[in-house]
Amino acid sequence: MTASTDTALDIAATVRAGTRPAVDVVDEHLAVIEALDGEIHAFNLVLADEAREAALAIDRRVAAGEDPGPLAGVPVALKDNLCTAGVPTTCSSRILEGWRPPYDATVVEKLADAGAIVIGKTNLDEFAMGSSTENSAFGPTCNPHDTSKVPGGSSGGSAAAVAAGFAALGLGSDTGGSIRQPAALCGVVGMKPTYGRVSRYGLVAFASSLDQIGPFSRTVADAAALYQVIAGHDPCDATSIPEPVPDVRAGLVEGVAGLRVGVVTELCEAEGIQPDVMARVRQAIDALEDAGAKVDEVSVPAVVYGLTAYYLINPAEASSNLARYDGVRFGLRVDAPTTGEMYDRTRTAGFGAEVERRIMLGTYALSAGYYDAFYGKAQRVRTLIIRDLDAAYERFDVLVGPTAPSTAFPFGAKTADPLTMYLNDVCTIPSNLSGHPAISVPFGTGDDGLPVGVQVMAPALGEATLFRAAAAVEAAAPRGKEDA
Amino acid sequence: MSPAGTTATEWETVIGLEVHAELATRTKLFCGCPNRFGDEPNTNVCPVCLGLPGSLPVLNEQAVTLAMRLGRALHCEVRRSIFARKNYFYPDMPKNYQISQYDLPINVEGRLELPQSGSRVGIERAHIEEDTGKSTHVGGGGRIHEAGYSLIDYNRAGVPLLEIVSKPDLRSADDARAYVSELRAILLATGASDAKMEEGSLRVDANVSIRRPGDAFGTRCEIKNLNSLRSLGRAIEYEARRQIELVESGGTVRQETRHWNEDEGRTGTLRTKEEAEDYRYFPEPDLVPLDPGNEWIARVDAELPVLPAERRTALADAAGVAPNVTAVAIAVERRLDGLALAAIAAGGEPARVLTHVEHNLAVEGAEALDPAGLAALASMETSGELTATQAKEVLVEMVASGDDPATIAKAKGYEAMGADELAAAVDQVIAANADQWTRFVEGDDKVRGKLTGFFVGQVMEATNRRADGKAVTARLRERAGV
Repeated sequence: MTASTDTALDIAATVRAGTRPAVDVVDEHLAVIEALDGEIHAFNLVLADEAREAALAIDRRVAAGEDPGPLAGVPVALKDNLCTAGVPTTCSSRILEGWRPPYDATVVEKLADAGAIVIGKTNLDEFAMGSSTENSAFGPTCNPHDTSKVPGGSSGGSAAAVAAGFAALGLGSDTGGSIRQPAALCGVVGMKPTYGRVSRYGLVAFASSLDQIGPFSRTVADAAALYQVIAGHDPCDATSIPEPVPDVRAGLVEGVAGLRVGVVTELCEAEGIQPDVMARVRQAIDALEDAGAKVDEVSVPAVVYGLTAYYLINPAEASSNLARYDGVRFGLRVDAPTTGEMYDRTRTAGFGAEVERRIMLGTYALSAGYYDAFYGKAQRVRTLIIRDLDAAYERFDVLVGPTAPSTAFPFGAKTADPLTMYLNDVCTIPSNLSGHPAISVPFGTGDDGLPVGVQVMAPALGEATLFRAAAAVEAAAPRGKEDA
Repeated sequence: MSPAGTTATEWETVIGLEVHAELATRTKLFCGCPNRFGDEPNTNVCPVCLGLPGSLPVLNEQAVTLAMRLGRALHCEVRRSIFARKNYFYPDMPKNYQISQYDLPINVEGRLELPQSGSRVGIERAHIEEDTGKSTHVGGGGRIHEAGYSLIDYNRAGVPLLEIVSKPDLRSADDARAYVSELRAILLATGASDAKMEEGSLRVDANVSIRRPGDAFGTRCEIKNLNSLRSLGRAIEYEARRQIELVESGGTVRQETRHWNEDEGRTGTLRTKEEAEDYRYFPEPDLVPLDPGNEWIARVDAELPVLPAERRTALADAAGVAPNVTAVAIAVERRLDGLALAAIAAGGEPARVLTHVEHNLAVEGAEALDPAGLAALASMETSGELTATQAKEVLVEMVASGDDPATIAKAKGYEAMGADELAAAVDQVIAANADQWTRFVEGDDKVRGKLTGFFVGQVMEATNRRADGKAVTARLRERAGV
């Protein structure tokens, strides 16, 4: 059994043309999942019946001569923190045991409108807190390139599903790098849109001012196609950007001649960046220059404080967002004689160690007397990072650097010390703090033969330029070593 | 004025009020569920107001408009505000945080004028926040700790509230009651709230402290569970007395939240300052800053109705009385000032018009009364065609049937009694009650006062209530030569 390597655009083209039934596409992917997911564990739940039913409906529309949508028949792996009506949505946490949302996330509705088919709900670090999926209450996901290694996280399930050919597309959420880092480790494309570009309605909140939903795919063109479907204003999300979404697909073939590319010194020299990873990044930068881009080094001084600021803002918001898991209305309840004890027992039984850690950190950071020193100062750092990035974008159209410091690491390598795990996000966090779009594009492998990702960043609403630069990186990427 | 009994002159009570008013919006603050009182429990709910994972709040524009309208009516500055999360756990609060406003509220620095005393009470802020659900604790006397189980109705969760915080400018229970009545009148006039204390759409917490006049403020206690104006007044009086007794016996007041027990007529400790929650406020990341801008503020100002204070002034001016006359306040409170003004404009004698509005029109349909009819009624009284008693009965009929007073008076047989006829009737009654008459003539004012009632009653009976009481009294005094 080999994994399906068809791109989403190929699948949609054949399904729309009526030359390949959507139900066949789904069955082929289900067969691959059936054969391989026992080892990979990308999915918390495979929606075989629902996916086949949806495929049959697509096929009926095609037969009736109706437009089945731009992503007709394309299987999508959905991160299990996106709400699906009537279908369990767990966030890979015990605390949501038995909960079925009564509504679909806006992105799920948009997928259905586009003819895409949700084939399953994918594993993640509990409530998206982590960088390896090891924090899932249902066990970790394995990296399809080497099952002794992590797939990254928190959207490790979606990244692995796309890498393993379980689905042509995936959706994840990126709070501090949770799409881009697993994309890098699994050798796929992963993109975080501008904050507010994609509605968060129906995304189970982790850190609301940082969370953003974005695509996984095996090609940049597929990522752009999925972005085009999910982006746009949503009246159900007050932070959603009301401006129309320009078509980002047309520019993919335009090349990067004349594009001003800044290489961020502080990200390339960040703590723990492996030399073999950096060598690939340099190779990608050279390729952009060869393709006509104007490349220069740029210093963005405040990004070195990004990790610290992030690990105050993120737990602070998380501690509040996760307060609703109290056993009163939904999910797990461990009964007790008093309401207070019921809260304690439910939350103790329902949350894993990392979630508890963030709740405690965040509660502390927001406490009276500490707010200014922690949360307040972190927000000021955030303002500084935005200011420094804005200054850089006056001189450059896009910025580049590594996505993750290393290639995929072995299970257990970073679980003992949370700080070493947090350092995985050092290159991805600045874009979350600034709200800017960023993408990770696979670019060859490290010394261990595992994938390396190159990160491209753009200013707010600069997605068209972002995808254009990403396509150029993709075109220059070395081939044939992914299965090494 | 002070509730403190014998020590009234030595201690001053200082009161600040926090009033929660439910805004009279069509839908809730952050979702499209109906904002309606009294529906079947848990029928007006959705993922947003139930705080389900993944749901997000979207601000209700009408709630903002109503909040601004009240703010402007209280002469507040309306400014750019941000929402904040107030974090604490309680089962009837779906998200275990309340979306409120903290350091940047929408309305700041306003004032309210008390109708009777005319003194100005500062308004510190009036901010927007969401209401919680409603818990019913079953068994154990309705207290959460002893309850067998609790039921929660989330229909109220997410209903928009305006929290109006006064400065500590009130000095007595009467002040506090007057403040809440006037605030209620403004809420009603602006349409911001239906302001029903009995349904909980208007709720009051009182901060009470005591001090020697001129001293710095004392330590305050916050009193909760004040469900009526009566409770508010009683609780403040009790609490001031408690604090005075405590201080005078050598103790010190502890800052704490206290619960008013209506049945026992006393306040009791709910939680001390040390037990107070740390709400861990921080800016609500799911909402963007609210900046109404000058245009919206100007629109609110333009749509602002005439406020109770202005209405009182207008009526008082027309009637030639002071604005703090009770009848004027009542007319405005019952929204009968328009009727009164029109009746006066139509030639109705102001004193009689105000008397009717104050005493005889606390009935349904009064506002629909024809002002010309009311004016005519007043004229019939001044001309002596109708007695006060008859006029009152005619008025009842006017409200019920809509007929004019002359028609009703005729139908009731209320014909004017000529002066001669009245004099004859009085003389007859005097003749029939010679003993009482002697005592009337020879007695002092007190005796005469008592007997006046007797004679008037006798004349009324003899004339089938057609006689005017005042005219009878005048005739009696004339005959007695006093």
